[in-house]
Amino acid sequence: MNEHTNLLIIGAGPAGLAAALAAAPRATRIVLLDDNPLPGGQIWRDGPQAKVPAQARQLREQVLACTNVQYYSGTRVIAQPGPDTLLVEDPERGWQIRYDRLILCTGARELLLPFPGWTLPGVTGAGGLQALIKGGIPVHNQRIVIAGSGPLLLASAATAKANGARVLRIAEQASGAAVAGFAAQLPRWPRKLLQSISLFDRQYRTASHVLAALGTDRLEGVRLKHKGKVVEMACDRLACGFGLIPNIQLAEALGCAVEQQAIAVDAWQATSQPGIYAAGECTGFGGSERALVEGAIAGCAATGNRQAAQQLWRRRARWHGFASALNNAFALDPALKSLATADTLVCRCEDVPYAALVGHRDWRQAKLASRCGMGACQGRVCGAATAHLFGWQPSAPRPPFSPARIDTLLCLEETGDA
Amino acid sequence: MPDLTLDGRPLRVADGTSVAAALALGGDGCSRTSVSGQRRAPLCGMGICQECRVRIDGRQRLACQTLCRDGMQVETRA
Repeated sequence: MNEHTNLLIIGAGPAGLAAALAAAPRATRIVLLDDNPLPGGQIWRDGPQAKVPAQARQLREQVLACTNVQYYSGTRVIAQPGPDTLLVEDPERGWQIRYDRLILCTGARELLLPFPGWTLPGVTGAGGLQALIKGGIPVHNQRIVIAGSGPLLLASAATAKANGARVLRIAEQASGAAVAGFAAQLPRWPRKLLQSISLFDRQYRTASHVLAALGTDRLEGVRLKHKGKVVEMACDRLACGFGLIPNIQLAEALGCAVEQQAIAVDAWQATSQPGIYAAGECTGFGGSERALVEGAIAGCAATGNRQAAQQLWRRRARWHGFASALNNAFALDPALKSLATADTLVCRCEDVPYAALVGHRDWRQAKLASRCGMGACQGRVCGAATAHLFGWQPSAPRPPFSPARIDTLLCLEETGDA
Repeated sequence: MPDLTLDGRPLRVADGTSVAAALALGGDGCSRTSVSGQRRAPLCGMGICQECRVRIDGRQRLACQTLCRDGMQVETRA
């Protein structure tokens, strides 16, 4: 049962929801899809232990109330069977969607860097822990250490504490001066200033990073380096993320140009490919306010409403300013490149250790020699890690873009709309 | 309140609970065994890393992106 739509939006986080709402008055039919069970993206993830802000609930309800918006949850893009067509699958079926215009709102993922012990159960991403808690993972009375970089560490700590966890330490790798410099700029964005005050935690330490996760079958503790000194603490969970990186795989597969590891867009949020737009974290990390305004611009521009799009440019410039301040402050310390030891697994899908990778010329050579990046995540974790560790450039993904069922792949042969 | 089965044991969870959470509520939190035999648990929490893949009603699914439903059979050692 293939279908056609005027506008297809991939991703129902802030950018995708804002794009759908902005496009709704001018599009006959909009399809909005997301691989999560509920709309809202990562920042507005709903669940039994989540508190979704009123603004997010309202936007979600407005979009879902539009009679010309068809929303598909739990749905992933698998392949591009032909021009302006994507093959998708949900838990039950696979089908093709043909579109006139496409908006990519594929968001960002955490940069997860390998360190000894990081494969132990009990170790998660920082945003990862927050997402898992919102979904109902119990953390009551658990001792949690959060490490890595960026404001997400504080947000994750807040969610953990709200659900009864004891956050022993928040280790930020950036220097105190860098973080203070960033904080000093926050009055330019009062909303962010208020947010940061509400998230303040007395266990927060700068110039601190993880050295190892300790334990045999599961996590028992963590070794940290703080201002040159090594400290160990016993804990039940370690949440470690080194900032966010744009999800550009689908855009690359569709031939969209990429700049500085993000989808390149012009003032209309248009990519280098005709008819394809991009908005939100996939065009560069910068928070939900930036994603909302970019999504709205993309939704207007993709439906020919250039005037409305242009009126949002000033608001976008303001949040791009915030994004730059953020990215400069939390630049990663080169010391983080030497956390992995010879036997630390870098590719967690194929269990490829650091020693099997070092010395290779590039991603392709390492992949052929070691199977690094050839497992189920298709290099989304280790590709980003080796880009950071060795400067390798992972190749553009080939279909299927996600693990898919055989009966979905059989739909590649079908042509024509139902 | 969905009732499901996790590795053969019954488990009741709150509405909206992810299968990833169910693994921790009803077991040791682990989702799969790696190619070299290590037990693994959900890592990214957002459908990227594939560490949380489990067998749900006979099909490979990501525990972090699947909500618990009544009658679901979840297996972490299949």
